[in-house]
Order: sequence, then structure tokens, then C-alpha cells
Amino acid sequence: MSNARQPVLVGNGQGFWGDTAQAPLRLVEGGPLHYLTLDYLAEVTMTILRKQLARDPSAGYARDFLEVLRRTLPTCTERGIRIIANAAGVNAPACNEAVIGVVRDLGLQGVRVASVTGDDIFDRLPALVADGHDFANLDTGEPLAAHLERVTSANAYIGARPVMEALAQGVDVVVTGRCSDPSLTVAPLCHEFGWSLDDHDLVAAATIAGHIIECGAQCTGGNFYRWKDIPDLARIGYPIVEASPDGSFVVTKHDGTGGLVDFETVAAQMLYEAGDPTCYISPDVVADFTSVTVEEVGTDRVRVSGARGSAPTDSYKVAIGLWAGYRVVGQLTVGGPDAVDKAMVTSELLFSRLADDGIDFPVEDRFVEVVGANVLYDGMRPAPVDPPEVVLRVGVTGPDRKKLERFSMELAPLLISGPPGLTGFAGGRPRPTEVVEYWPALVDKSVVTTEVDVVEVA
Amino acid sequence: MARVPLWRLGFARSGDKGRHTNVAVIAFDEHGYRLLREHLTAERVAAHFDRLADGPVHRYDVPNLRALNFVVHNSLGGGASQSLRTDSQGKTHANGLLHLELDLPEDPA
Repeated sequence: MSNARQPVLVGNGQGFWGDTAQAPLRLVEGGPLHYLTLDYLAEVTMTILRKQLARDPSAGYARDFLEVLRRTLPTCTERGIRIIANAAGVNAPACNEAVIGVVRDLGLQGVRVASVTGDDIFDRLPALVADGHDFANLDTGEPLAAHLERVTSANAYIGARPVMEALAQGVDVVVTGRCSDPSLTVAPLCHEFGWSLDDHDLVAAATIAGHIIECGAQCTGGNFYRWKDIPDLARIGYPIVEASPDGSFVVTKHDGTGGLVDFETVAAQMLYEAGDPTCYISPDVVADFTSVTVEEVGTDRVRVSGARGSAPTDSYKVAIGLWAGYRVVGQLTVGGPDAVDKAMVTSELLFSRLADDGIDFPVEDRFVEVVGANVLYDGMRPAPVDPPEVVLRVGVTGPDRKKLERFSMELAPLLISGPPGLTGFAGGRPRPTEVVEYWPALVDKSVVTTEVDVVEVA
Repeated sequence: MARVPLWRLGFARSGDKGRHTNVAVIAFDEHGYRLLREHLTAERVAAHFDRLADGPVHRYDVPNLRALNFVVHNSLGGGASQSLRTDSQGKTHANGLLHLELDLPEDPA
């Protein structure tokens, strides 16, 4: 709306929490860019963050974001690149404070930071259930009520609107909670071009653009079948969309970076984690991925046009995490001959010895996997005959942490009291960790209220 | 008749969707796509994933991308956050599907 730049350039520098900190820096320094988006959240990230918050009141957000900000913000403010990140996790106030701290440390004047909240409905969940919202599991249809006590996190996937509100206030950095991934791209395009969220075709186009870049290098030659032929994979360029006011856009990357953008890299990412491609439901729109034309228009340039969309649904998706006990997995390398048989016997010895000590694990709580004997392609490829070595992965799940610790103690003794050729018990006894059950559900949009708070760092 | 592995006709990408995975197969060309549409049924894919997955398979056709998208249900040994499998996110299911062999009237090469 403001300056009607054509095209508008949006690059995504983080595909998940834990992605490389070099990518955002390359995006802002390696060529023209208007918006840097950073996508930190996956399905269970919120629950991990909530665990961190329980141990430390100043935690609970994607701390990696601070380092990315430290590296990129000086260039961004100098060149007018605005940053949009869903990094706030379950602790927006702490994240905001830390972001402001980074800005101060950098000695930058007049930087404006927006905090978008309202996605986190964890505290409100019991009241909402009492009010008749059933949060039925999208996979099974089961209502949440019987499991309320196990809930560890609950976040609605909010859309582009509050981010647009923040951008309209002229901020340099927008930090959100569980904003849906493509909305990070929808917001700046609507803001720049003055698109209404009611123009479903344009919002669908922006949503498809956001979906293509949200996993970073997965659309520029990462995780791709022609991996042997991809140029300079070490310096792989992260994706940029060059969006036009008519809703068409070109997927590309900076000149001089590694990787590849062509029809195949873009098509593969369009269908990553896809369900029904005619009906991609985001908080902003229902996009039809089958409506677009995808064509190569130059080296590392793929044009996507013709997107069609329809009105968004009345509900937000909610990611709910449920406490589901503990898990522990141990690992031993087994040398041949007869490596597979030795691995199986070793796992049987383990459970037999534990049982002798009164530690019984029901069969459904046990897990045994012999890596090297064909676990990834079971039933799809022939199993190898007498492989020279295999890796035994053996584990248990259950609600009793002590029992799982007892399991861990019984692993190392197998090296001297089991079959010959067991090795590779590195790293000591494996520690039980908490298990989170993912419970996808819906909630009426009317009960979720988003807020935008803007702070100017003096 | 010719027995042709899928990797000669296209490539694939897979990812997790809760306790399910999706595997998208993208044909190298329109001819390959016609063959996939005709021969690569949801039933064939379900039989191929028989040992790894527990549920039905749904197929969605995506002609603008020369692609078929398969949603393979209950394919991770529990939810992605709960499964103890090495590949709890179905990252390798794409490569797994490419080993499926189709019986075609003639070799497309």
C-alpha cells in the first residue's frame, strides 16, 4: 500500500527451529530483498518450548532467533528490509524483551518492534471446553474433555491479519506466536499491494508463495533426487519470491548462491506435507494448488500464476500437545557374522533379564529395530543377506520414569554378557525423555482475539 | 509387457502429517504422467506400504504439476512425535515408493 514496490521480494531464511544461521544473513546481504521471513515452528515445537518455560520463566521462545537478529538487523535497518518471525513461542513477553535487548546491544536507534499475540489458548482451554468447544481430534473425532489434565500446550494457527496491522504501523520487526507459516508471506504482500483479505484469489496466490518458501532450502535443491548434480550445495541459496500486483510470482534465489530452482524443485515443495491439493486450508483462505501454472522462465526462475482461492473457514486449527509418558531408546552396534540374529537375541536377553528383576514391559510398550536389516524399506526392497554389521535400536515407553531408567542400566552389561561383537555403546546410558501426543483440533475463530503491541527502542 | 520401477518415470517427496505421511510422485514428462495415472492406483501404493503402514491410502491427482499425491494413513508407527522408529517423520517414504514396480504394456524408454 505504502510504496507499491514492484515486484515485492520476500525471502525465507529459516525452515524450522534449528535451521542454519548463515541462511538469513546470505538472504539480506546477497542481493535485493524487502522482507525476511523466519519460520520457527513445527507441530510439536510449542510443547518443547512450554517444557523449557516450566524450567525457566525467561525461556519458551525460539532463542535461535536472537542470534539471527544480531547478525541481520544492522543490514536490514540500513536497507529497509523488514523481518517477520514466528519466534515468540509460548512466551511473547520474554521474547519481546530479549529482542529489544538485542536491538539495544547493537546500538541501533529508533527500531520499532511489534509483538503479535493471542494464539496461545492454553490457559483458556478448560473454560472453552466448559463452554461447549469440544476440540475433537481431527484424526479420531474424540473430544478433548477426558484428556484436559494431560494438555501441555494449545495454540491456534492465526493468520495474516494481525501481522498486516503491525506492518501498517511501520514496524521493522514483527514477532508472532503460532502464526501459520504461509501467513508470514501473505501479510507483507497484502500490505504492500493493498490487497484485501477478501480477495481470495490473491490471498491464495500469496499463500502458495508462502508454502513454497516456508521450508527454506527444500525448494532450492535440498532434499532433492538430483542431489549429485546440484551446484554448490554447501552454499545453497534460500528461496525468494518476487511477487507482482496481479498475484503471479517468481520463485528464485540470489545470484551467486548454490542450489537450484526449477519446475521440479518447486513442484516437489508445493506438495510437501500436502493433503487434498484442491483444498489447502489456511487461516486466511482455502487455496487450490491445482489451479496454478508453474513454468520455468529463466535460470533459477520459476513463475507461478493463475492461483484460485475461496473463502476461509470459520475455524482456526489448534495444535494441542498432550503429555504421554516417557520414552527411551538405546543403541548398540552389532558386528557379523549373523549380525541380525545376534541383534534380535540381544534384545530378547535384555527384556528377559529385566523381567527376572520384576521389570516387565508389555509387548506394546517395547520397540526393537535392526537398522541395516531393511527397516526403512520393509516389504519394498529385499533384505540384505548377512550384512557385515547392523545397529540394534531397542526402546520402551511408559508412564514410569524409574522403570525406564532401569531399562537403560541393563544395556551396557550386554557387551560382555551377550553375543560376541557388540560395540558402539557410546554416549553412556540413554536418558528417558517426555513424550508428547499431538492432538490437532479446530476452534471457532470468534473466540481467538489477536493483539499487536508496538515498542520503539530508543 | 515390461516391469518398470517407478524411479524411471518420476521422483517423489514425502513428509509427515500427524500420524500419517504424504508421498507426492512427480512424473518426468506428460507420457510418464499418463502411465502413472493409469497404473499407480491407491491400492497398489497401499499394498507397497503394507509392512510400514496400517491404514488406507488416498490418491489426489495434480495434473498441473504432473503429480499424484498419496496420503498414506497410520504410516509412522504412532504420531510423528511419539514414534520410536528411525524414520518417525516418513522422510524416506518417497524413496520407498519409487521402488514400486509397474507392469506396463511396453517399456517407456
